[in-house]
Amino acid sequence: MEMVLEAELEKKKKLSQSRLADKHIGRRNKKNIFFKGLIVTATVISTLPLLFILFYIFKQGVGALNWHFLTHLPNPVGEPGGGVSNALVGSIMILLVSCVIAIPIGIVIGIYLSEEKRSRLGYYCRLAVDVLQGIPSIVIGIIIYEWVVRPMGGFSALSGSVALALMMLPSIIKSTEETLKLLPESLKEASLALGVPYYKTIMKVIVPTGLSGILTGVILSIARVIGETAPLLFTAFGNPFMSTNILKPMSSLPLIIFNYATSPYNDWHQLAWGASMVLILMILILNIISKIVQRKWKVQF
Amino acid sequence: MESPILKATNFNAFFGKNHILKNINLEVHKNNVWAIMGPSGCGKTTFIRCVNRMHELVPNASVEGSLQLKGEEIYDMNPVVLRRKVGMVFQRPNPFPTMSIYDNVIAGYILNGIKLSKMERDDIVETSLKQAALWMEVRSTLHKKGTFLSGGQQQRLCIARALAMNPEILLLDEATSALDPISTSMIEELIQQLKAEYTILMVTHNMQQAARVSDKTAFFYLGELIEAANTKTIFTNPKHEKTQEYITGHFG
Amino acid sequence: MITAISYKSKQINFKEKAFKKTLALSAIIVVVILLAIFFTLLINSLPSLKAIGLKFFYQTTWDPVSDQFGALPFLVGTLLTSFLALVISTPFSIAVAIFLGEYYKKGPVAEIFKNIVDLLAGIPSVIYGFWGLFVLVPLVRELEMKLHVAPYGVGIFTSSVILAIMILPFSVSLSRQVISMVPSHLKEAAYSLGATRHEVITKIIIPYTKSGLFAGLLLALGRALGETMAVTMLIGNTHDLPTGIFSPGNTMASVIANEFTEATGRIYTSALIEMGLFLFVVATIINVIGKQIIKRFTLE
Ligand SMILES: Nc1ncnc2c1ncn2[C@@H]1O[C@H](COP(=O)(O)OP(=O)(O)O)[C@@H](O)[C@H]1O
Ligand SMILES: [Mg+2]
Repeated sequence: MEMVLEAELEKKKKLSQSRLADKHIGRRNKKNIFFKGLIVTATVISTLPLLFILFYIFKQGVGALNWHFLTHLPNPVGEPGGGVSNALVGSIMILLVSCVIAIPIGIVIGIYLSEEKRSRLGYYCRLAVDVLQGIPSIVIGIIIYEWVVRPMGGFSALSGSVALALMMLPSIIKSTEETLKLLPESLKEASLALGVPYYKTIMKVIVPTGLSGILTGVILSIARVIGETAPLLFTAFGNPFMSTNILKPMSSLPLIIFNYATSPYNDWHQLAWGASMVLILMILILNIISKIVQRKWKVQF
Repeated sequence: MESPILKATNFNAFFGKNHILKNINLEVHKNNVWAIMGPSGCGKTTFIRCVNRMHELVPNASVEGSLQLKGEEIYDMNPVVLRRKVGMVFQRPNPFPTMSIYDNVIAGYILNGIKLSKMERDDIVETSLKQAALWMEVRSTLHKKGTFLSGGQQQRLCIARALAMNPEILLLDEATSALDPISTSMIEELIQQLKAEYTILMVTHNMQQAARVSDKTAFFYLGELIEAANTKTIFTNPKHEKTQEYITGHFG
Repeated sequence: MITAISYKSKQINFKEKAFKKTLALSAIIVVVILLAIFFTLLINSLPSLKAIGLKFFYQTTWDPVSDQFGALPFLVGTLLTSFLALVISTPFSIAVAIFLGEYYKKGPVAEIFKNIVDLLAGIPSVIYGFWGLFVLVPLVRELEMKLHVAPYGVGIFTSSVILAIMILPFSVSLSRQVISMVPSHLKEAAYSLGATRHEVITKIIIPYTKSGLFAGLLLALGRALGETMAVTMLIGNTHDLPTGIFSPGNTMASVIANEFTEATGRIYTSALIEMGLFLFVVATIINVIGKQIIKRFTLE
């Protein structure tokens, strides 16, 4: 061991005593409290917009919202009243078709990624999913216009569904992958050791065990695209009448909100507020359902 | 003497370039209980996972040499078919969390899509649970999830699940190491009874357990099978000095 | 007790292979879709790339009637709104992230604020725009009158405020994730030396998470660049170069939204798609870099 001179020790002791005798402790404590206050204030301010928006929409929308509103077509300009039945039916139909497209593909790809943790293809696929997720929705609109609308010769609900499916795909893939990756390896081994083939192990053991997570992801992805407007502008396009033909233009809630909100007519603004309220309620309900599924169906190990 | 049910001849196993099992030669006869022993990392798990070809599930894992089940080359068989004939119980109980106790027992049938009548199902469930000494404890809660059971019960459920497939060989990989003493002794008793019907290979760290339960013991050291003989002989008169060191507690 | 099980091993083998092939094929499909998106944009941009060339990025006149397609005003509008939004939202998003990642990690307060942030993320862009049009625009107009600038109400500033609200949840969730990954032994070491919480946050947590927080901002910026509906409704949609933060303008995304279905002429449509290509490329670069930083941070 190295020698430490007594004088050196004494010097260090004095120095640290003088510096560590914290004369500023009061100020430091005040700073600490002030900082927390700042953080809390900023956080509270950040949440105000949500409260304002929800409050405003409920205030404006609650008057419009009734059975008539949900079951009638919009009235022409100058006639108050009317409803958004075409948009409601349109939104639901467009979403159903996009679910049919996106859910199976998304889950299958999610399974692939959760199984192939290290493969090259898995790496590129994951990268592609990340990039896909970041593409601005308006660009998706252009793409589907070129891929579907132009070849089909016109706007259609189907093209809108394809656009929304493309937007749902990344989040379904990711939630499926994340869910299945967390399942213990022993589960798969238990099944394989019983002589269950790989594909049956995946479909009958792995997927059912992760079902609540997968389903939660699917519901959240629906909630995320249900209000998407930009990709529908050049695809589903909108339709002032009731239409259930997916090969023809179709209305949807976000489209009707956009068109009516930017119109100069008060009656139409009223319709748009009502439609906004319906949309927000649908999103809230989907979020609540996802929470319930997550909690109630959670598989215990 | 009748031909062995499991026979390894110059058998080797690898993880990538790592030579894990080296020239294993072993004959296992029907209705014997073999204890597989050796210090940790010596290849015990690897060996029994080769028997039901779970070894190859690890990327880059490979084998060489011959391993035969009833004279048939294991590595020429379809792994799926093989695994139905070789039951396995893992270190940690792993019942299927989405299935009831009842369904867990017949999971091998359900998952393989093998149709059974209600009576056949009931029969298999009851018999297998009785064989696993679990029937009395769960007969009234058969339709509850298997994961509600205690650790020891879960492990016996896993044994019942393996037995339901009527395997030629039952593999147990330290099946009691995660359990309390009471559950452990129940499973040891169980193995004693099962040997009338089955052939068992059990990996264990526990010398007393090996002595109590097994007829034969194979001692592995650094991937080699150093000694394989009657358990009594191994414990009273080991030929190899490493074996002697191990059973006298000098390492491992 | 058990009857013989019939093994159809050939069939099993075939299904096994088919299953694995299907999985791999589906993974390939995603990559193919992405490439197809890129090439669709590129090929459809070619007429405009050829006809306009680099003028696209520095010319200030956008006049389809006389075939002039200078996108500089929209480029400026896009960058201005996005960066301004980032500047407005960053202090708040970092504060919320610290609030949720350090002060209130668990418990009812955390739950409430987490849910609020989630809901904020869940509100559709078109509703933000609608609300902005009826609530924010009048407020901004009043502000503009006080400041003695032309009281449009709509414009760059209004769009930026809405964008700031919209990207907040996104950057909060990223920053919170990053902040919660600070190893507790680091914080404990600082506490054991007598540091206050404020000091731990500013001297340990922030420096440790710098790269991750930066990535969060980058990704939020990527979000803002491509955001369409709310901005379209609030920016004023003029084709002139914005003269200040209160002037009306246009972003690339909102020009596409407004003009794509009405565009007549090959070059016109192609010029709009070129803007889409630009947004795609920028968003992709930002995304890949941001995710890479986060990934590296997570692995450390
Ligand atoms: N998945 C694996 N990948 C690579 N090496 C492994 C793997 N599993 C085990 N090993 C190696 O193989 C050797 C034998 O392991 P194992 O059979 O599990 O030993 P035991 O069960 O006797 O403790 C050890 O050296 C271990 O490091
Ligand atoms: Mg082992």
